Amino acid sequence: MMKADTSATLRAFLIELAVYSVLVTGYFFLVFHFLTGWLQELHLHHVKLYALVAIALIIGQAVVLESVTTGLFRLLRGRSE
Amino acid sequence: MFFPISNSHISPIYLVVIGFLIGVMGGFFGVGGSFIAGPALRAVGLDWNFAVGTDLAHIVGKSVVAAKRHRALGNVDLRLGFIMAIGTMGGAEIGAQLIQMLKRAGSVNLVVSVVSIVIYVSISSFMIWETWSTLHFQKRRGARPKMAGPTAKQDESSFSHRTRAIQRFHIWPMISLPASGVRISLWVIVLVSFIGGMFSGFLGGGAGYIRMPMLVYVLGIPTHLAVGTDLFEIIISASYGTFSHAIKGNVDILIALVMNTGAAIGAQIGAISTQYFAGPKIRIAFVPLPLIGAAIVIYTMWTGQRI
Repeated sequence: MMKADTSATLRAFLIELAVYSVLVTGYFFLVFHFLTGWLQELHLHHVKLYALVAIALIIGQAVVLESVTTGLFRLLRGRSE
Repeated sequence: MFFPISNSHISPIYLVVIGFLIGVMGGFFGVGGSFIAGPALRAVGLDWNFAVGTDLAHIVGKSVVAAKRHRALGNVDLRLGFIMAIGTMGGAEIGAQLIQMLKRAGSVNLVVSVVSIVIYVSISSFMIWETWSTLHFQKRRGARPKMAGPTAKQDESSFSHRTRAIQRFHIWPMISLPASGVRISLWVIVLVSFIGGMFSGFLGGGAGYIRMPMLVYVLGIPTHLAVGTDLFEIIISASYGTFSHAIKGNVDILIALVMNTGAAIGAQIGAISTQYFAGPKIRIAFVPLPLIGAAIVIYTMWTGQRI
């Protein structure tokens, strides 16, 4: 019984990782395509704005990723973790 | 992959894996993970000033994820977190200024390496001694270690008589922390957070490796709440540290964004796992982490090679 539970949890986790990897790979391409040049320009010439944008980006990304990972946990395990 | 801001070539898979591991550890131990992330970034050729600043930015994102999860589990003392933010920001600025001084003197890599080794080894040694004493005391007394469930949050420490002595310092204003079950002088909280902030600005990260033990041993906060509150406080302090380092040109946000994709899922797993362990077990599991950080720094110093 316990072995079956562990196996189900592991399977759900692997599916989560697979789905998450696909999302993240797509996201990488978007970020690097659209933001690299602009961020480099800010870093060189508008350093205070760069600092604010950096914090906004990392917090914004964290909130979105937290929602995505929580959503995946709930969707694949069928309960609130 | 080429990161133009720091002018470095780093594998994105390496960054995601490091982010994931640090996320698990951060969610479980309430630390930023800079004792791993800083050396790990340094090991692939990033200068210490970039490693410190970029690591701080990554920690902001990871801590948002982990603190949100800990808040849902009732492990965050918001009042304590906000008070600590004041001392931390002051300390972080002093630490960042020290980094700037060393950068100008051209000795930043050597000094930060040596200081980090001393700090990491000292923390681990102290925690080995304290947790061993606590577990030994529990065994001698015949008490069974607390298991998962609500009682797991009630904590024991062989250092608690010294913690109670610190709490007896009645220097006005005294602050009540009902969520943690502690009443203590504001100045002790500010001093603890100032020291944590200084290490955060100097060695990078949220300085959870020093703040989490101080929350437990100096302020007497139960380990589970120390983990959650530390993460919440790290969001504020690491954001300030990121801003401070970014305007000094020490942050490559693209590297931090890549690391954070791995950290997001790791932090969730780490935070959920704390439910299944009692305080001393969490603390003893914490011990090897600073030692791993010290080992990476020593390896990099000794060989001068990248991993």
